[in-house]
Amino acid sequence: MTDIEKTGPAERSPAPPTPPAGPEAIKAIPVRHYGRYVSAVIAIAALFAIIYAFSQGKINWGAVPDYFFDDRIIKGVGQTLLLTVLSMVIGVVGGILLAVMRLSKNPVTSSIAWSYIWFFRGTPVLVQLFVWFNLGLVFEYINLGPIYKDYWSSFMTPLLTALLGLGLNEAAYMAEICRAGLLSVDEGQTEASHALGMSHSKTLRRVVIPQAMRVIVPPTGNEVINMLKTTSLVAAVQFYELFKYAQDIGQASGAPVEMYFLAAAWYLVMTSVLSVGQYYLERYYARGSSRSLPPTPMQKIRTNLLSLGRPKGGMA
Amino acid sequence: MTAMVKAEGVHKSFGAAHILKGIDLEVAPREVFCLIGPSGSGKSTFLRCINHLEQISAGRLSVDGELVGYRQKGDKLYELKDSEVALKRRDIGMVFQRFNLFPHMTAIENVMEAPVQVKGESRAVARARAERLLDRVGLSDKAKNYPSQLSGGQQQRVAIARALAMEPKLMLFDEPTSALDPELVGDVLDVMRGLAEDGMTMIVVTHEMGFAREVGDALVFMDDGVVVESGHPRDVLTNPQHDRTKSFLSKVL
Repeated sequence: MTDIEKTGPAERSPAPPTPPAGPEAIKAIPVRHYGRYVSAVIAIAALFAIIYAFSQGKINWGAVPDYFFDDRIIKGVGQTLLLTVLSMVIGVVGGILLAVMRLSKNPVTSSIAWSYIWFFRGTPVLVQLFVWFNLGLVFEYINLGPIYKDYWSSFMTPLLTALLGLGLNEAAYMAEICRAGLLSVDEGQTEASHALGMSHSKTLRRVVIPQAMRVIVPPTGNEVINMLKTTSLVAAVQFYELFKYAQDIGQASGAPVEMYFLAAAWYLVMTSVLSVGQYYLERYYARGSSRSLPPTPMQKIRTNLLSLGRPKGGMA
Repeated sequence: MTAMVKAEGVHKSFGAAHILKGIDLEVAPREVFCLIGPSGSGKSTFLRCINHLEQISAGRLSVDGELVGYRQKGDKLYELKDSEVALKRRDIGMVFQRFNLFPHMTAIENVMEAPVQVKGESRAVARARAERLLDRVGLSDKAKNYPSQLSGGQQQRVAIARALAMEPKLMLFDEPTSALDPELVGDVLDVMRGLAEDGMTMIVVTHEMGFAREVGDALVFMDDGVVVESGHPRDVLTNPQHDRTKSFLSKVL
């Protein structure tokens, strides 16, 4: 990225007419990448300028560490994680179901799945949350016969609104991911399974889905990270999670902006942890499909630091 | 004795493409029936019609006296439900050109899968039979290997064991050796020869003329969706009557 100077191919490979007899190491002065030093200095200067600007702003930074491990914030983090996990469970289960319906030969089920995906992908999740919350205008009661009967407004708690809003929306996205995964499995697998007398559902469960997971799992990790951030929207329907608690504390303590920074820091911590997990997950699923494993983040950092000013490919 | 497979005027079209143009043939029980012909002649399509992986467009096709894919009541034909089709497929084993082993299961799990999942057999019984079958195809030492750890010839022999695990009365082979390195073909053909000796009814789409001549009881030469010539393999292969058969054999022999 910071490579301004380009090394010409002629410079890089001065092929000698006769190869050396022994395996003697080549002694050559490496190409100097002055551009890298210059750009690194500029980048670091810019970074310090930004940090300085923020430190001089009218922001009471002391409030951030004061509240960083506040009970409410910790509770909010827990609620955010809980909401992420539960919404993803709804999303994954619903997504697999929708993907199977969409690929079904039955025109009714495939149309239903198509319409569902069309609607839930086509409307903003924030709007969906408000619709769930206010559906009492359409359905006054929720009546499940002898099992359950109540007013919609008392049935539709903030948690249920949040779960339905996020989970059902996620299912539409997961459906597309799962569909791609199911389609990636060779048709010969289905044929072989059918030829053995296995039913459609057994074929799906025992043969197709286990193989589709290779394709489904990595993008699902990405969806988890997205979901974690999207949960902040449910503050709008009065569900108390990290962002809502941070907002409340901000208003009560007179430091609203500081609390936004605090929330941002917490989200960053959580997504960073998930990203690392995601990275290793993808590395795991890359086995067999690529010849050499991609480097771990630590290996990458080490290589980058050492290669500053050295020709590319010097470090493996 | 009823024929194991009986085809009367079988047609198959994919959209505008007319692949099978009226196939008539009969396969007797315990017979090794070879189908040869140039690629695109419809032999694989016909094989896939027998276990209803493809639906025929016209004509009648029956296995062991029962129609494939339909039930007849009086004059009317009723399409079979998926579950009924699956029930019939239990009795018909199929071996594919590209093996189609389940890559996420070991060799022995591949062989055990259908008896456990389809017949509801206990794992112990299925395992015992799977071990016997892997031994029969000469791969008892590879039971715990995944398909990716096996050579093509080994994979195809596991695929044969997998089909045999359902104890079928009819085996379909769709060019079982075409995707193999020449040196690996022999092992697979040996297994098939053994099956023939045990009296299995087999329909084999193949380019292995040597196998057809040695093991085959009947042979059909197909071209452009029709049966051009049929008879005993020795007769057809050494003394073809039809010009198209002659020109095909002169190229492959």
